[in-house]
Amino acid sequence: MKITLTLNDELISAEVEPRQSLVDFLRALGLTGTRSGCEHGVCGACSVRVAGQVVRGCLMLAVQADGEVVETIEGLTATAEIADLQDAFHRRNALQCGFCTAGMLLTAQDLLLAQAAPTRADIRAHLSGNYCRCTGYQAIVDAVAEVAQARAAR
Amino acid sequence: MRERMKPTAFDYQRAGSVAEAVAIYHHAEDARYLAGGQSLIAALNFRLDAPGLLIDISRIASLRGIERLGDTIRIGAMTRHVEVMHDPLVATHLPLLRDAVASVAHPAIRNRGTIGGSIALSDPASEMPACALALSAKFHVEGPDGGKTVPADDFFLGVYETALTPGEILTAIEIPIPGPGCQHGFAELARRNGDYAMTGLAMMRGPDPRIVWFAMSDRPVRALAAERALQAGAEVSAVLALATDGIDVLGDLNASAQMKRHYARVLLGRVLQAEVAR
Amino acid sequence: MTQGDPQIGKSIPRPNARRLLQGKGRFVADKVLPRMLHAAFVRSPYAHARILHIDLAAARALPGVVAVYDGPAIAAQVVPFVGILTHMTGMKSPPQPALACGVTHWQGEPVVMIVAQSRALAEDAAGLVEVDYDPLPPVCDMATALAPDAPLVHPDLGTNLCWERRIDVGAVDDAFAQATHVVERQFVIGRHTGVTLEPRVCIYDYDGSEERLTLHYSGQVPHMMQAVLAKHLGLPESHVRVIAEDVGGSFGIKIHTYGDEIATAVAAKLLRRPVQFAADRYESFLSDIHARDHRVWARAAIDEAGSLTALEIDDLTGIGPYSVYPRSSAIEGNQVLNLTGAPYRIPAYRGQLRVVFQTKVPTCQYRGVGHPIAVAVMEGLMDDLAAVSGRDPAVLRSINLIADDAYPVKSPQGMLFADLSHQACLTRLKALMDYDGLRAEQAALREKGVHRGIGLVSMVEITNPSPAFYGVGGAPIAAQDGATARLDASGEVHIANSVTEQGQGTETVLAQIAAQVLGLDPARITVTTGDTATVPSGGGTWASRGAGIGGEAMLRAAQALKQQITGIAAAILQCDPETLDLANGAVVDAQGQARITLQALAQMVYYRGNELPPGLATELVATRHFRVEGMPFVFSNGAMASYVEVDAETGIVRLLGHWVVEDVGTILNQQLVDEQIRGGVVQGIGGALFEECHYSEEGQLQNATLADYLVPMAGEMPDIQIAHVVTPTRTSALGAKGAGEAGTTGAPGAVMNAVNDALRPLGGQISQMPMTPERILRALGIIEGPLHDEA
Repeated sequence: MKITLTLNDELISAEVEPRQSLVDFLRALGLTGTRSGCEHGVCGACSVRVAGQVVRGCLMLAVQADGEVVETIEGLTATAEIADLQDAFHRRNALQCGFCTAGMLLTAQDLLLAQAAPTRADIRAHLSGNYCRCTGYQAIVDAVAEVAQARAAR
Repeated sequence: MRERMKPTAFDYQRAGSVAEAVAIYHHAEDARYLAGGQSLIAALNFRLDAPGLLIDISRIASLRGIERLGDTIRIGAMTRHVEVMHDPLVATHLPLLRDAVASVAHPAIRNRGTIGGSIALSDPASEMPACALALSAKFHVEGPDGGKTVPADDFFLGVYETALTPGEILTAIEIPIPGPGCQHGFAELARRNGDYAMTGLAMMRGPDPRIVWFAMSDRPVRALAAERALQAGAEVSAVLALATDGIDVLGDLNASAQMKRHYARVLLGRVLQAEVAR
Repeated sequence: MTQGDPQIGKSIPRPNARRLLQGKGRFVADKVLPRMLHAAFVRSPYAHARILHIDLAAARALPGVVAVYDGPAIAAQVVPFVGILTHMTGMKSPPQPALACGVTHWQGEPVVMIVAQSRALAEDAAGLVEVDYDPLPPVCDMATALAPDAPLVHPDLGTNLCWERRIDVGAVDDAFAQATHVVERQFVIGRHTGVTLEPRVCIYDYDGSEERLTLHYSGQVPHMMQAVLAKHLGLPESHVRVIAEDVGGSFGIKIHTYGDEIATAVAAKLLRRPVQFAADRYESFLSDIHARDHRVWARAAIDEAGSLTALEIDDLTGIGPYSVYPRSSAIEGNQVLNLTGAPYRIPAYRGQLRVVFQTKVPTCQYRGVGHPIAVAVMEGLMDDLAAVSGRDPAVLRSINLIADDAYPVKSPQGMLFADLSHQACLTRLKALMDYDGLRAEQAALREKGVHRGIGLVSMVEITNPSPAFYGVGGAPIAAQDGATARLDASGEVHIANSVTEQGQGTETVLAQIAAQVLGLDPARITVTTGDTATVPSGGGTWASRGAGIGGEAMLRAAQALKQQITGIAAAILQCDPETLDLANGAVVDAQGQARITLQALAQMVYYRGNELPPGLATELVATRHFRVEGMPFVFSNGAMASYVEVDAETGIVRLLGHWVVEDVGTILNQQLVDEQIRGGVVQGIGGALFEECHYSEEGQLQNATLADYLVPMAGEMPDIQIAHVVTPTRTSALGAKGAGEAGTTGAPGAVMNAVNDALRPLGGQISQMPMTPERILRALGIIEGPLHDEA
């Protein structure tokens, strides 16, 4: 099936098999920043943005993205939309192996766009669907809290 | 057997209307409707299901939208959980739904999953079927043999089993606006934020109280004996003693049947106490 | 050491983390090789079954399928592997085939491999494979596995006993008979697994023209894999290259030899094309090594003064059907035997270990390796002794912890301790957490029916092992590591090291060490790890050794390079090399004046040798190796506390706080150490409260998805406060001990003690992990049921 979508600000067309998931489709295009960790929607490593909303790339088919606006970690990096989050994560070592990181960043940004002053509990709750095995989450919460405060101050 | 994580091959078609969807289904061999996909695609990934065709109904306009029609709220089946969560009509008139939907999985799932999908799937541990039952909802269904309306009390038949026959589509959920004297209660116990409940309670108090358990049996189930006791003005302890009376409680990996019965008394007690405090 | 700008000890962010934040990781599954194929496996649905017949015709005929192999086809290409360590006398395990041959021994064991154009096609073909099984009796209950009439996992072996060991030191029975207080408990630790977010994945690339095999590897031990592949595929080691780039979590899961990965290597060799195998999440649960399946009966005694007089344990552990190659599946139990009671002076000790085969997923080393169990057992007994003798748990510990000035000390199990600080850590911990304040808060809330508990643990951790650990037993596992430091023609420094990076910050710490010695900014140093073609040969990451051993080798290599640089500079500047130092990218004199930049020196050496004094040695590259000598391992130590609130109606535990005081010796980068501890604590909490591989009586894993197997998520985890005591190890100049496993070692015991502290006034006690709400309610007598169970 042919699909057309806006991917990280680029209009593209592609032939896809209906059974191909969105995350597999994106990775096959070389956008490997989005990762596959469970293929049943629980770990959050496959998080991408579709129509401005964070979704599980493993629970969406590429064919469903036809006509949609899709953004990945590469796109958000290119526009510098999450540069402050990336910087805070880096300074606070809010990542170790890096496998969950794209999903964490996208989900954290999703929270910050919706809530200007999230509490630590709010941050933990919003990230509660993103699995990290390395950090134990605290540094991630610290980084998001720091960015929330900095953005509010601007 | 569940040992694969790429789906089998299937065809995909998008339907522009309910009638079109039903017609495609009718002519296909082994089709499934694709709404939010948060449960269906996971099942396909595990090869728990291997349909020949997915019919995408997510862009059918008539399935969207929340509106007030007289003294009912009509929620289109394709309404995403996140939309239910933030809708002003729901907040004002159906706070039970608003409270419950916050417990549905996680933000990414709520962005795609739909209330209609959840109700049509009828996972015994899910929140929306129980809330619909507690709210005395009516379900509008379209199918190859025309349309029908099914009260929630008659809709949930078993594990993943509803009054929908193959080819039928749930199109809308109609909920009577609860009267001024009606208070809602919602509580669930889960191992972690967003997990399926170990035991869950959706309750509407008022002249006709409804106490509905989820993650308790093979479907959302009313605690009829407890409801009658509550209506009769019995002592809280007497109501709690009847919390799961007459209900076929099914244990699972996270909680045995005995545990669920205990949890039921705890949850009902806490919800009733919270109302007293209000 | 050196006068440069101090880099060692600085909490600098990791230069190599930047690209991970931008989606530019280089994980194995990100690599696409030309004509690469994909593997999928048909796995046994039975715990134990004979394979009667396999029909591959339909699978082979599916378009897109390139090859299909069964057990015998792979076995013909592989030298069998046996997970025995020769120094563990009496250990038995049969050779393990890569794919099952004739009999399958666990649900999930690979039986047939499909190689196809895509993973989806390979799975389609797998669905067409027909296998006739004849089910055999499963062996799923470790308690009955040694009964005379128990079905045998391997009839030819004649027993289900893999290994046993006994230690008996001091007059144990007399001590218990004469004790003032004796406590005993039966602990059950639930089998669980690592759940790395990146599942196991490998690409094997065989170049038939040169007969060279390359493995793109997600794992911790590239040189070990190189040796294993060479030996078992019949290739010269020099023709095997293993490349580890980014690894999405390992924690010990990815240091073992897996049949499905070996089969993938064989397929690549036979097909002369790259073959990728990426385990999906479901098969990860059914094939990644499991761990920590133990039943430990234990008792301890104290005298009137509160001093421990005896300790006895009996550890029964159920592994899989094979001892896993090459590290063996008996190490975990051996460490329970060796380390229970380690922080304390104990005059008499008896320990028995039995390691039994089961028809469940094979088990092997996973972060902490036995330590979490040893700590939970001992610290649970300590709390029991405190309660029965009317003492505060912290007081009882301080009576018994080995004094900080007592070292070196040998334990009854023969463990040699040096440079530890148990007393100092406990004192610091109490201050850090405001122990007295929390006790007061706990008491006040108890009056209101709120049940909070404080759990303490003291612990040791094996780090920086010497060759006595594995090499001595015949395993191709190096306990030494090497580092190379090189100044290139542009004046930049490159370092290479045989320890590896999985996100803990190894590369950063190595750069910091080299930077300090060479007077540079660590972010400018290029670091190479993980590639057997370009780094020295060594052990990689395991047993918390990266910083201590790899770091020491780095120090020596950097110092050697520094000597080369200052030697050349002295010849150029015609001065005494002793008066020269390195700072800010230049050679400086005794007054701190920059005399020649590294760039200028390098350019002269590499391009204008005619300007150099004749006969001058002009190497600007040095390799040094390091191994720990004089001690089998370098222990670290710490103390930890958990503060919880238990809802006595629901059995749900809320984690209110967690504190760790850890002595890792010299701290190379505190932020990285602390984050390793935090991650480890949360991983340990997983085993304490959530994680368990649920097996049915038929040996079927019931919860092989992330929805059913519960890993710790952000919503339930506490903030973790960390402080340090610093007692450098004298086995190296750096003085750094390991830190990677400390969090996982102490957290389960601390949380269990906290829960039991909360339950004590209610008359309940729980000795099984994970401490699920249902088990807690049973311990309180609110729900009926056995105190210990499988489900």
